[in-house]
Amino acid sequence: MAEKPRVATASLCGCFGCHMSLLDIDERILQLVDLVTFDCTPLTDIKILGDCDLGLIEGGVANAENVEVLREFRRRCKTLVAVGACAVNGGIPAMRNQFSLAECLRESYCYGIGVHNPGIPNDPEIPLLLNQVHPIHEVVAIDYFLPGCPPSADAIWTFLTAFLEGRPIAFPYTQIHFD
Amino acid sequence: MSKTFKLDGREIPFETGQTIMDAALAAGVYIPHLCHNPEFAPHGSCRVCVVDVGGRQVSACTAAASEGMEVDSSSEAIQATRRAILQMLFVEGNHVCPACEKSGACQLQAVAYYTGMLAPHFTHFFPRRPVDASHPDVVIDFNRCILCELCVRASRDHDGKRVFAISGRGLESHLVIDSASGLLGDSSFAASDKAAHVCPTGAILPKGRGYETPIGERLYDREPISIVGDVRAHEEEVL
Repeated sequence: MAEKPRVATASLCGCFGCHMSLLDIDERILQLVDLVTFDCTPLTDIKILGDCDLGLIEGGVANAENVEVLREFRRRCKTLVAVGACAVNGGIPAMRNQFSLAECLRESYCYGIGVHNPGIPNDPEIPLLLNQVHPIHEVVAIDYFLPGCPPSADAIWTFLTAFLEGRPIAFPYTQIHFD
Repeated sequence: MSKTFKLDGREIPFETGQTIMDAALAAGVYIPHLCHNPEFAPHGSCRVCVVDVGGRQVSACTAAASEGMEVDSSSEAIQATRRAILQMLFVEGNHVCPACEKSGACQLQAVAYYTGMLAPHFTHFFPRRPVDASHPDVVIDFNRCILCELCVRASRDHDGKRVFAISGRGLESHLVIDSASGLLGDSSFAASDKAAHVCPTGAILPKGRGYETPIGERLYDREPISIVGDVRAHEEEVL
């Protein structure tokens, strides 16, 4: 028997809602684990990314680590998918693009309501923030886009089953929404 | 005998002076559009109603119908052109659907669904634009303005007020408001104006009514705009 397709997932600048929505496929997850092998993903806690057939990216690109993880996913995954509004167009985090990074940091860590011990964090272990949040297709080539905030479990399931069976990917009207 | 033209192979009757859009709407055939509203003079600016007539791409809302013409409004090539136009509209502004009250009942979004747009494709401009909440009843979020000029036309031609205009050229084009401060609250604008009820996006919104309709029951949640029709046809439900 041929080896099962390997699937990896990552959450960049997102809220993990898209991963939650993936888990919302409920008992179909038992079918999914029969169909695929999960590689590096928060669901398995495997930290090192291997060569994969499919990579699912949640979240936009907001810091240096996001860029690194995204490029590694592009290198390792034959097919890379933008899952959810943040990956597709930057989403809610990209609303900070209306302000300068300095303004955002000062508001959050210096002058915001309830801030104690003000000061912008500068620990070298903290990834540096980019000036703006970007959709992932602005950083690497993306093969498929699955919009939604989050995409519904049914939309994710439609995508996964069609993709794994090599069928054209088509969604019922109610499964595609930008919110 | 009435004259006809062919729209995607279907005979559409028309009268002299009607545009392709007029005749299609009268025949109950949907051609996607944003800046078009039959209550106002055609504008031809959003280009979403692009159709192919004998190898030429024209906007259905401004091109006159003529006897025997063959119009393609549904081929993949035309839909792809519309998608690209919509993608440009999306990246030029800041259309954050998850954070917009109009989401689910937004014509820009619904037309994007209709054409099969899944992602913006182009590089986002992330322009910095203000929100004007100075008016007691209506808020204007310039991030969502697509320059369709429906509010300009409604205020000028229906309300007789000329509250709105487009200023600047090219990328600098933007909506301006006729008041000394430039703020809506200092203008003669009223929530009962026609101009308050024609925006195809969430740029002009009534205050105090956000998220009234639950997700799943909003205008375009269950059926596409080609069946549901424009927001204007459902004024009472969505406002």
